[in-house]
Amino acid sequence: MRKVLILFVVLLLSYVLLAENQLEIFSWWTGGGEEEGLLALFDVFHKYYPDVEIINATVAGGAGTNAKAVLKTRMIGGNPPDSFQVHGGMELIDTYVVTGMMEPITWLLEEWGIKDKFPEDILKICSYEGEVYSIPVNVHRGNVVFYNKAILEKAGIKELPTTWPEFFEVLKKVKAAGYVPLALGDKNKWTATHLFEDILLSTLGPYNYNGLWNGRTSFEHQGVKEALEIFIELMKYVNENHASLTWQDATLLVFEGKAAFNVMGDWAEGYLKTLGWTPGKEFGWMVVPGTKGAFMVVTDTFGLPKNAPHRENAIKWLKIISSVEGQDTFNPIKGSIPARIDADRSLYDDYLIWSMNDFATNALCPSIIHGSAAPEAFATALNDAINMFVTTKDLKKTHKIIIYAAEDYLE
Amino acid sequence: MVQIKGSTRRKLVGFLILLPTLVSLGVFVYVFIGWTVGVSFSNWNSFSKLIKGEYIFTGLRNYMRLFEDPRFQTDLWNTLFFTLFFIAGCLSLGIILAVLIDKGLKGSRVFQSIFLFPMAISFVVTGTVWSWIFAPGILPKFPQGMNLLFKLMGLQALQWRWYTSTTSILHFNLALIPVIIAAIWQLSGYTMAMYLAGLRGIDQALIEAAKVDGATDRQIFWRIKFPILRPITLSAMIILGHISLKIFDLVYSMTGSGPNNVTDVPAIYMFETTFRANRYATGSAIAIIMLVMVAVVIVPYLVTSIKKEV
Repeated sequence: MRKVLILFVVLLLSYVLLAENQLEIFSWWTGGGEEEGLLALFDVFHKYYPDVEIINATVAGGAGTNAKAVLKTRMIGGNPPDSFQVHGGMELIDTYVVTGMMEPITWLLEEWGIKDKFPEDILKICSYEGEVYSIPVNVHRGNVVFYNKAILEKAGIKELPTTWPEFFEVLKKVKAAGYVPLALGDKNKWTATHLFEDILLSTLGPYNYNGLWNGRTSFEHQGVKEALEIFIELMKYVNENHASLTWQDATLLVFEGKAAFNVMGDWAEGYLKTLGWTPGKEFGWMVVPGTKGAFMVVTDTFGLPKNAPHRENAIKWLKIISSVEGQDTFNPIKGSIPARIDADRSLYDDYLIWSMNDFATNALCPSIIHGSAAPEAFATALNDAINMFVTTKDLKKTHKIIIYAAEDYLE
Repeated sequence: MVQIKGSTRRKLVGFLILLPTLVSLGVFVYVFIGWTVGVSFSNWNSFSKLIKGEYIFTGLRNYMRLFEDPRFQTDLWNTLFFTLFFIAGCLSLGIILAVLIDKGLKGSRVFQSIFLFPMAISFVVTGTVWSWIFAPGILPKFPQGMNLLFKLMGLQALQWRWYTSTTSILHFNLALIPVIIAAIWQLSGYTMAMYLAGLRGIDQALIEAAKVDGATDRQIFWRIKFPILRPITLSAMIILGHISLKIFDLVYSMTGSGPNNVTDVPAIYMFETTFRANRYATGSAIAIIMLVMVAVVIVPYLVTSIKKEV
């Protein structure tokens, strides 16, 4: 009896002592590629801090839909993880920074001397009132079109379209050749909105698009109407079963040789690679027509919540993910590009190199639907409006709903 | 020391044992229902307003806005039709299966287990599988699921867009049909089990007497067995009714809210407004409306059953 008691006390003590040196990282990276990337990051962390025990708190669900609900509950309940994944921009600022739940970390970037190693625009979307609140670990591009090279060849298309009229010509040719011109899978509504925001970027241009989020551009702008017109025109070339498919299913249509084009973020590139394709060989890519020179940014970041139980370890974590080594370990596996501009290019494939070149030179525009540009209430309202628009095709009403949503949810 | 009489003491002990349950039930159910009602009357339609907690009473504003909202109107129509067809389908299929199995044909026990089995599966699994079965595919070239089956059987005319259809007849969205079929598949086994228990419980002497009087099988069923099964129908309706009024997982995993919200239900709308858009007040209002709908079904039943017991 006594022995058992002693053993129990020892176990309890060791647990308490070990608990002192933990680090809880919250994310929704459970899918193919992303989980491996996260675990590789943990390995880098352990290389430098072998005695810290990492608690991998992941909540499954595409684009973090479930994880975000769990995280909000924990943050309100005063039980924050040591650091958590959050899309840079309004998802971070509007939800957690304005409400005073995050610590500013500009001083860390300055202390480590890496503040100028990130593009200014990307730090800007992670900042509020002059202070940086999170560190981007990767960048995804939203305005990319992937295509099946064999189908384009069969349809006799030699030049890639760069404007909408050209693109429609190409889509017509593909349709005549007997293929689905443009693959869409909007069973989960965001993919249609993803397509719409890319069109919006093309009709407004980066300057006016970015102006939507600081009041410089109004949603009554002619470009918003034009975007809706183009969107409707595009719907004529979409697979009619789009409402029963997910984004993966839509990408799969391109892979199976049924559809020619697919507008998707570049996680689709990662998916095509896992299916066995090589970038540039079986599939090619281009920017969404009319968006040359603009880069739709989707970025995952990590910040420092106030009252983090293991603040020192959280800072160590931030140091690792912001280092070149951390970013170059994570991103080639996840299939995204590093947020730092001084990363090692030899580690990335042709597509990602192309993306990195554009990232360094293009105008950066935050994505709406991936949480960067606007508060979540606006993104959800836009999602609803576009979802109805796909069916009703009521341009006037949809434009009005979008304007109302902007009045209600954008400051 | 005060002596406590045996029976009083037993009551006291019983009360003390129940106390934690009563307290937690009170707090975690009723206090939180009250809290939700409070939130639904507030202006808490963003995360920061919730955190700051400055409560501004807005009265019925959130409710008024909801009833003007076309999406919520669709939701209510969908709930109505879903409930009607789902209950009717489960009850009729359940009674047919029960009567067939009650005849005691060979192998009926095996079928009984087979029919009851879907109930053991989670709605999420049912939804996922039936979403494959009813996926339309790219028509007419690459049909999928049922459409492929129709093609193989030469019944091309039957191919249609299933839950991606946006056709609506008198507010009934045809896209709901596949969802209703999946729901009936899931729960008609349950009604079958209920009816089977009812049929087995009927006093055989009653049937014999009717036979002696020269009643036909049909008459025996409609005049004797069916009226006896009425309470079972009622309780099955209540169970199925509250399931369909708050259904979420089946629809969410099978179709989501569908094109133009053709398969949207209040629970999905509530989930999206609360946990995605951070519009807690609106979300609470939807939740309260759902609670009222379920209460309308459940409360009269509870009242009658309590009356019976007393």
